[in-house]
Amino acid sequence: MLWLLFFLVTAIHGELCQPDAENAFKVRLSIRTALGDKAYAWDTNEEYLFKAMVAFSMRKVPNRETTEISHVLLCNVTQRVSFWFVVTDPTKTYTLPADEIQSAIRMNRNRINNAFSLNDQTLEFLKIPSTLAPPTDPSVPVWIIIFGVVFCIVIVAITLLVLSGIWQRRRKNKGPSEVDDTEDKSENTITIENGIPCDPFDTKGWHINDTFMPEDERLTPL
Amino acid sequence: MASTPGPDPLEDSSEDERPKWDNKLQYFLSCVGFAVGLGNIWRFPYLCQSHGGGAFLIPYLIALAFEGIPLFHLELAIGQRLRRGSIGVWKAISPYLSGVGLGCFTVSFLISLYYNTVLTWVLWYFLNSFQHPLPWSTCPLNLNQTGFVEECQGSSSVSYFWYRQTLNITIDIDYSGSIQWRLLVCLAACWAILYLCVIRGIESTGKVIYFTALFPYVVLTIFLIRGLTLPGATEGLIYLFTPNMQTLQSPRVWLDAATQIFFSLSLAFGGHIALASYNPPRNDCEKDAVTIALVNSMTSLYASIAVFSVLGFKAANDYGRCLDRNILSITNEFEFPDQSISRDEYPDVLTHLNATQPERLAGLHLESCRLQDFLDKSASGTGLAFIVFTEAILHMPGAPMWAVLFFAMLFTLGLSSMFGNIESVITPLLDMGILPKWVPKEVLTGTVCLVCFLVATCFTLQSGNYWLEVFDKYAASLNLIIFAFFEVIGVVYVYGMERFCDDIEWMTGRRPGFYWRVTWKVISPLLLLTFFVAYIVFLVWTTLSYKAWNPQYKQFPSRQEKSYPGWVQAICALLSFLPALLVPGVALAQLPIWRRQKQENVQQNIRLKLQVSEVSDSEVR
Repeated sequence: MLWLLFFLVTAIHGELCQPDAENAFKVRLSIRTALGDKAYAWDTNEEYLFKAMVAFSMRKVPNRETTEISHVLLCNVTQRVSFWFVVTDPTKTYTLPADEIQSAIRMNRNRINNAFSLNDQTLEFLKIPSTLAPPTDPSVPVWIIIFGVVFCIVIVAITLLVLSGIWQRRRKNKGPSEVDDTEDKSENTITIENGIPCDPFDTKGWHINDTFMPEDERLTPL
Repeated sequence: MASTPGPDPLEDSSEDERPKWDNKLQYFLSCVGFAVGLGNIWRFPYLCQSHGGGAFLIPYLIALAFEGIPLFHLELAIGQRLRRGSIGVWKAISPYLSGVGLGCFTVSFLISLYYNTVLTWVLWYFLNSFQHPLPWSTCPLNLNQTGFVEECQGSSSVSYFWYRQTLNITIDIDYSGSIQWRLLVCLAACWAILYLCVIRGIESTGKVIYFTALFPYVVLTIFLIRGLTLPGATEGLIYLFTPNMQTLQSPRVWLDAATQIFFSLSLAFGGHIALASYNPPRNDCEKDAVTIALVNSMTSLYASIAVFSVLGFKAANDYGRCLDRNILSITNEFEFPDQSISRDEYPDVLTHLNATQPERLAGLHLESCRLQDFLDKSASGTGLAFIVFTEAILHMPGAPMWAVLFFAMLFTLGLSSMFGNIESVITPLLDMGILPKWVPKEVLTGTVCLVCFLVATCFTLQSGNYWLEVFDKYAASLNLIIFAFFEVIGVVYVYGMERFCDDIEWMTGRRPGFYWRVTWKVISPLLLLTFFVAYIVFLVWTTLSYKAWNPQYKQFPSRQEKSYPGWVQAICALLSFLPALLVPGVALAQLPIWRRQKQENVQQNIRLKLQVSEVSDSEVR
């Protein structure tokens, strides 16, 4: 009688947890990829921890607070490490609906990952999409800060150059006008010879006649 | 040197006010900076690799020797001799040829517009490189945060950042979209930086050029050293330089070599004429020409080594990841232990599985991973800089630093080329005396920069990239060949070969040898004519089409080939031919003006002779 019951129970277990069974999920772990040399071996103790984490996640769902570790069934564990699991009700006659399990796992994904020192990519629940963490955006985009710095420097430099150009031009304008004053003073004295005022050069209007530019000025010194 | 008469006094009384280079090094660096530009980084390596590797150097060097260096020497000599910008020089040689100067001026203006827009993109990427992780390393999340944005998922995070987050490109050139404010402020910053550098003409560029011309070489060396130490670099270099002599049989290769030399040395822009016009009259322009041309070509080779070592690394990386993806598929399907198949064991495992379980293996749809395929995925132009290279940088340790260095290098390269472009616009304006003498030079340069900025805002539209490609393909190419041809003909046949050789002898101290005479008189004009005909044939052969980025396209992420609408084709034609038509146009317009001026000259000569006789009479008294 006991043997019959045992066989019945294992048979039901077997039927409940099968690849592609109803409400069953496949899990795939890539421990060596995540941890390299510090990878741990997957044994029954790790499976126990996994069952505990799933039961923990289910207990957070309203109406499922009585989920026990024994209600989580694992099967088809491969070398990869991958396996299928289902969560049964307390009577172990049927499996809990897939969307309940899905939402429970999604809520506690972080805790489950941390229990195994893995992440979303190395501990995969196939068919359960993970919520991706949004990238941390600073309040002011970085490029605007750098742009502000560069632009301010450029504007300040342009202003300085323009102002210095104006100042230089003002100095140049003041310089020749001082020289002109002394020349005018000397021209006020008009030399008179034989009663005729001498005005040998027309100082008021200079014309440079290029044809008479001396040879030396055309050749620049070596 | 009293025996040889000096040059004719074509200079006017403002000769002493003409700005001068502080020293020879400034002039040399300015020319090198103008010649060495973005094309050396992203065009030459691509041409080298796609046209038979080391074999491409043969047409390249032939084009350099018979087309590049002679034309370059001609430009430097004529600019240094006549001491004017492009418009003044051609007016001085012959009024009928002033259309050439005006055309060069127009083309330089058009090129300045879109070249600075490329710098805008470089600046945008530069500003975005100061963060870790780099913004183009991950895709943004979709609305319910379960996955990535579909467009990004379908292409790649790098392509998405370029096409969507930078350009926000439309699917067709017809749809202009809105102005992207991010690009607009970067454009304003670029023109402000350029204005800051050219504000006083060569006085200001001469100071900045020490940095902008030398910094790219420093960065290239750093990238070279880093690149050569990366895994996969040697495969990239072998792939680049393996000569394939078969490609030399295709005329396309020769055409590309000639084009590359022509545009790489920035010939016929009028920029070198402008830069050389600020030289002291006695300067060895022959040595300058040969040295600068060789420096330009050496830089191209140097850059291609650096670029291809990084691209080899990227290809090896992609190949490794392709293998890893296949290994993962096999491991998951056949439930092998995690990490049990290494990359070396993969082929054996594959053959074993093919023999034992071929159906399951076929069901996996594994990608075929060949290193050659990844090495073939080369690109040129903006595709190289903003997609391929940025992705390669992501995999280098310390990625933000490399990104900052790379984009800073591109920016300074482009900036030093822009100096030459802007000088070829500003120098003729200054020579023509557009603005009265009391208006300071800062106002002229400011106005030019402002006008260019306002016109270039059309490139910040969403369809801006398509328009830039139109300008890049059609504004420069044909016109510059025509102008170069008229330059050679104008100097050799109108100005006179003997007169030109006399001038060069006066300036450099030795008469141009047989090589120069033969190339100027015969070889270069013939080559240019052949070049022009070949280019026309090539233009006619290819349909006017462009590649659009359309996420809805069936073969996305490949770009969809579309043909230009009619009005855009009209603009292409206008850009290609209008500047060139200035040559005959202005020549015809000159006829009545020249006749009137000749009469005035005769009258002025008579008046001068009378004045001279008056003065000499008064002196005698």
